[in-house]
Amino acid sequence: MTILNVAGISKSFGGVRAVADVSFSVAAGEMLALIGPNGAGKSTCFNMLNGQTAPDSGRVTLQGRDITGLSPRRIWRLGVGRTFQITATFASMTVRENVQVALLAHHRRVWRFLRPAFAWFGAEADGLLAQVGMAEQASRAAGVLAYGDLKRLELAIALANAPALLLMDEPTAGMAPSERVALMRLARDLASQRGIAVLFTEHDMDVVFGVADRILVLNRGELIAEGDGPAIRSDARVRAVYLGSGATSGGH
Amino acid sequence: MGFVLVQFLTGLASASSLFLVAAGLTVIFGVTRVVNFAHGSLYMLGAYLGWTILSRLPGGPAWFAGGVVLAGLGIAAVGVLIEVLLLQRIYKAPELLQLLATFGVVLVVQDLVLKLWGPNDLTLSRPPWMRSFVQIAGERMPFYDLLMIGIGPLVLLALWLLFTRTRWGTLVRAATQDREMVAALGVDQRLLFTTVFALGAGLAGIGGALALPDGSANGQMDLTAITDAFVVVVVGGLGSLPGAYLASLLIALLQAFGIVLLPKITLVLVFVVMAVVLVVRPNGLLGRKLTLARGEANTLALVRPAEPALRWLGVAALLLAVWAPWFVGPFALSVMTEMLVAMLFAASLHVMMGPGGMPSFGHAAWFGLGAYGAAFAVKGLALSMPAALVVAPFGAALAALVFGGFVVRLSGVYLAMLTLAFAQIVWAVMFQAVSVTGGDNGILGVWPAGWASNPRVFYWLTLAICVACVLVLRRALYAPFGYALRATRDSALRAEAIGLNAGSLRLVALVIAGAAAGLAGGLAAFSKGSVFPTYISIDRSVDALVMVLLGGVQSMAGPVVGALAYTGLFDMLLMVTDLWRLVLGLSIIALVLVFPQGIAGTTYRLWLRGREA
Repeated sequence: MTILNVAGISKSFGGVRAVADVSFSVAAGEMLALIGPNGAGKSTCFNMLNGQTAPDSGRVTLQGRDITGLSPRRIWRLGVGRTFQITATFASMTVRENVQVALLAHHRRVWRFLRPAFAWFGAEADGLLAQVGMAEQASRAAGVLAYGDLKRLELAIALANAPALLLMDEPTAGMAPSERVALMRLARDLASQRGIAVLFTEHDMDVVFGVADRILVLNRGELIAEGDGPAIRSDARVRAVYLGSGATSGGH
Repeated sequence: MGFVLVQFLTGLASASSLFLVAAGLTVIFGVTRVVNFAHGSLYMLGAYLGWTILSRLPGGPAWFAGGVVLAGLGIAAVGVLIEVLLLQRIYKAPELLQLLATFGVVLVVQDLVLKLWGPNDLTLSRPPWMRSFVQIAGERMPFYDLLMIGIGPLVLLALWLLFTRTRWGTLVRAATQDREMVAALGVDQRLLFTTVFALGAGLAGIGGALALPDGSANGQMDLTAITDAFVVVVVGGLGSLPGAYLASLLIALLQAFGIVLLPKITLVLVFVVMAVVLVVRPNGLLGRKLTLARGEANTLALVRPAEPALRWLGVAALLLAVWAPWFVGPFALSVMTEMLVAMLFAASLHVMMGPGGMPSFGHAAWFGLGAYGAAFAVKGLALSMPAALVVAPFGAALAALVFGGFVVRLSGVYLAMLTLAFAQIVWAVMFQAVSVTGGDNGILGVWPAGWASNPRVFYWLTLAICVACVLVLRRALYAPFGYALRATRDSALRAEAIGLNAGSLRLVALVIAGAAAGLAGGLAAFSKGSVFPTYISIDRSVDALVMVLLGGVQSMAGPVVGALAYTGLFDMLLMVTDLWRLVLGLSIIALVLVFPQGIAGTTYRLWLRGREA
């Protein structure tokens, strides 16, 4: 079942075409990796899916519903969770409270002025934290967590609205190699068990080829290849972009 | 036609003096990211020092120029002193705490000036060349004003050359864009910051000295100058010099023509323009979006409800407060009533500043609206006291709702400035609408109802209302609403990504804060029996800021402790010394240096540490 369908989205910043006519789709339970050299347009692409940037043209549909140009807030309501490249959590709250706030928003219980927040959705929050292996750290301040733990907390927050689609922007950036694999394996399990469609960008090729069902390769805003691991590995244009043939080099 | 031209030229002349102050403020902010509240004090010191120097020199133009430059150098030296002794120690402290420290300097300078130069306005005896006029289109234009017109562009040019043609200037511009990067490149930041501060202070000093021939050196210059300079800097865009000049022109011309065309509302006009500019261009005319210094967002400490032991302390204090009227005298009782009102006022500001992340520099607006609302209700509508105490918070909340629509999307310094602008507008309206508000004379005879006319009864009533409101506010902050609000402060990006509507959360917080402050104002009106425009003055807004920051913005205990400590300290100082500003200013500075987290925040941390060890 197709969860997310992207049809010909484009975005220019001034004269630069950051993303040009990109189309793809993600199915339930599928892990789709979006890769490409720096400046290929991955983050712009991502921001158009979650509503931070409105595309110049093209359509984004979530479970058949047009979400093009909606605000991040609306898109979350429709069932899209997101983790950020640079983690964004609530530093003045504990780990559990971070998840509780997300749950309060999801269950539309934000406009409550009397009953203390800790009394809301505690068990549900602990359940989510257990899923990402953060149960023991539930009472710690989010502001003092190690980076890998912050990433896992973000994942728990992103899962709070029981998303159909999970967007993970560079989920393993800044993590130790062993942690990277563990985190992505966790995402892999969640995708399979809950039937969540996962779209992620990533620089670490071990992670990409290790967990992704399918891979999209962007270069200079254009989609140049799509396929499973072996197909991408043997694709001539991808090799040219990543290894550099001199003629079409746009990468590192 | 000639009249219009002269008015225009007069506007240009005052634009120059505005620019001199604003330029220094904007350069200092650009590099150090410190909003220097004491900048007006440097301007005032420049005027006084200029007076001392110039009144001893011969009257020739060259002597005058030399004297002004000398005054500028003197104030630059004062600037270095302030930067090295105070600011250098708090560059890493939260923005608002830096502001509090510079406000301490304002207080200290006020008393020093009073001590050194006396309470009288000091005017310069003007030599003939300064008094001469030039005929322009049939109108007389003071020669000195023509000189002033040239000075603004001249200083702008000089600064532009300094910033583009020298290595130092390049470093300053680089630091304005990214100061961590400049530090990483091995530039001596300390020296850079000190010299920038000296330059800004020197400009303010020159501005003060240049203002002498057209006016005087007086004790009110500092707050007037800082308010004007803030307006200019914010309208122009923080950190932008051309923006500051453009805004100086805009504001000065507006004032020059406004005073002729709409004399009744000149006070309001400037702030209305500022509000319009900020609503249309949230970063000022030529300003760019501010980049946060890296790592700032994650320095927030965990917020926890108070431990049981501390709650018992609160209960004990409350019991003591209930019992107090039986053993304290009438004066102490009135001070305690004042403390309670201050506590509610500070708590309401905490809702905005703490969890709301909205620093308000004009919180007195809501307080004043509440006070006037109560007074109108009693005197105009002949309502009873309880009804007036309902009108007060609702009136303020309604105003907050309307105003909030404009400001909730702004952040940081811009938001602070717009709240200040709003407070000034409210103040000006109350001050100028004499027929309704009595203007400066205020509204008298706002006495409590008969059953509450006994000071003890009124004290208990105030105690009940204030404590209940503070507890309700606190409860809301620990409820889902408060957490969602705090979430938008901690990480706007994440809050939006989990479906929180930051705009409406902040608006509701503003309305709640406005209502609580309005209620405090209403109580103040009945406890004093009168309302005056001073209820809405900048001083009162600053009082609230100081109380919150003094106590700490972390939790509700902060503003409560801060309000009690500040009001207590204040009244005690008034009794023992006439140098209360000096002592208060120095205490604030010391507190900022010793308790960077506020009294309550730091004490709580020490207490926790003691228990963990």
